[in-house]
Amino acid sequence: MTRLRVAFAGPHVTFQDSGRPGQMRFGVAASGPMDRKAFAIAQSVFAAPSNAVAIEVSLGGLALDCVEGQVTFAVVGGGFIVQVGPRRLGAWQVHTLHQGERLVIRPGPWGSWTYLVFAGDLGAPQWLGSSATHGPSGLGGGMLVAGQEVRVHNARVVPEGAGFIPCPIWARPRPVIHAVLGPQDRFFSPESLEDLATQPFYLTNSYDRMGLRLRGPSVAPVGALSIPSEPILRGSVQVAGDGLATVMLADHGTTGGYPKIATVVSEDLDGFVQLRPNDAVRFKLITPPQAVAMARAGDRALRTYLARSR
Amino acid sequence: MALYRPIADHAVLVEFGTAINDASHVQVLALDQALAAQPFVGFREATPAFVNLLVDFDPLLTDHATVEAHLRRLADQPLTPRTPNTWNVPVCYENAPDLDEVARRTGLSTEAVIAAHLAGDYRVFLYGFAPGYAYLGGLPEAVKLDRKTTPVRGVPAGQIIIAGTMCLITTLIMPTGWWIIGRTSTRVFTGEQARPFLFDVGDHVHFHRVSQAAFEALP
Repeated sequence: MTRLRVAFAGPHVTFQDSGRPGQMRFGVAASGPMDRKAFAIAQSVFAAPSNAVAIEVSLGGLALDCVEGQVTFAVVGGGFIVQVGPRRLGAWQVHTLHQGERLVIRPGPWGSWTYLVFAGDLGAPQWLGSSATHGPSGLGGGMLVAGQEVRVHNARVVPEGAGFIPCPIWARPRPVIHAVLGPQDRFFSPESLEDLATQPFYLTNSYDRMGLRLRGPSVAPVGALSIPSEPILRGSVQVAGDGLATVMLADHGTTGGYPKIATVVSEDLDGFVQLRPNDAVRFKLITPPQAVAMARAGDRALRTYLARSR
Repeated sequence: MALYRPIADHAVLVEFGTAINDASHVQVLALDQALAAQPFVGFREATPAFVNLLVDFDPLLTDHATVEAHLRRLADQPLTPRTPNTWNVPVCYENAPDLDEVARRTGLSTEAVIAAHLAGDYRVFLYGFAPGYAYLGGLPEAVKLDRKTTPVRGVPAGQIIIAGTMCLITTLIMPTGWWIIGRTSTRVFTGEQARPFLFDVGDHVHFHRVSQAAFEALP
């Protein structure tokens, strides 16, 4: 076993596995990684099961001290800076952490989320059969906090694995995201729908794992302030009475009474969350069949990548 | 007539009405149950709400048109809703922080507020807001109040809270703008693997009054 101690953890740094689907009817979103593609690549590095546990690191960053043992690790997702002792590395690399060394992960030139995985098994508490952390409640694996001990069971050193992991073009941030109108687009004026499709929006600092608020043209709903609470999905673009749009993310509330003008396709959500506050984003509206085709193409690209990098 | 609204690449929202009403919710539950009995290839999960059912699917295995056709076939069948469970939930109204304020705002005595709350026949309409927060519809009009203007932080689990015609049992320490009129030993998070959440959507809930002494003696 290798023991690590959290020297520093920024906000929104959590344990995540592939998620906890199937509990929406009880008010529980699936949670899981914000960038599901980067997470899948990270789990493939040491041939871990696709639902293994990783540490999701936000723009807040993370520092871990290796208290006992040694272990090979990989950081995948975003252009984060990774330091081991005096060595300055980057994300999309594999290295080994030894006893007495400090591993620091902090934001680099691009990206908002990255995944730390180990050659071994990360011990994290489970809730409803999953270690994915539901941010607002802290249920599941939980948030990492300074002083906490992190244990890697069956820790291995994989010297031949050291080196670079290719960063595919589709793992980069996406400034244009595809969305399907609705399901409550009927509550918006033609001008608002036009603005949504043509005007730039900007990410704000108002974000967490539940959702990300955008700044841009006001797209206020018309006469819909008291619709009955309806189900919300990851990707729902919800608009409150102030006309500001929020894109709902991994830890979204499961129902809500604000109308949803559009829904971002799942294929583009990973690239969307890798944008940063103040980055511009544009919505490209597509039909449901086009959205399905995108999901299938995205899955093929991921599978091809994983097969080739093995 | 139900409306079928396609969402993104992976869901269909089936809508049975536009305003909260029992008839629409019965249709939501009936389709939910029919779907659980006869799922389609690629079905992931269904989420019932007041007037609509969200049906989520795997876009690698199916698509909106195929799912809609399956749901239309189910909706055309005579649907018999299952017999709902009825749960009896004890409530201690003593030392509830907002009971006096609810009485003042409704013009009732605190005893009349308690009587109104106990008289309600509650149904679980949906879960929302946070894990395990079951919206119980059926609070009598006499104690109907808007939410507080400012939410109160750090409200613990096991509180009985009301707003509008809804009542809720809190499951987590969360902020809420609803009125806290009592507390219960009933846990909606059961901690049991086989049934992690006590209520199914559609279940009935009846409240009964217990004294503080009895409440503290409960396991």
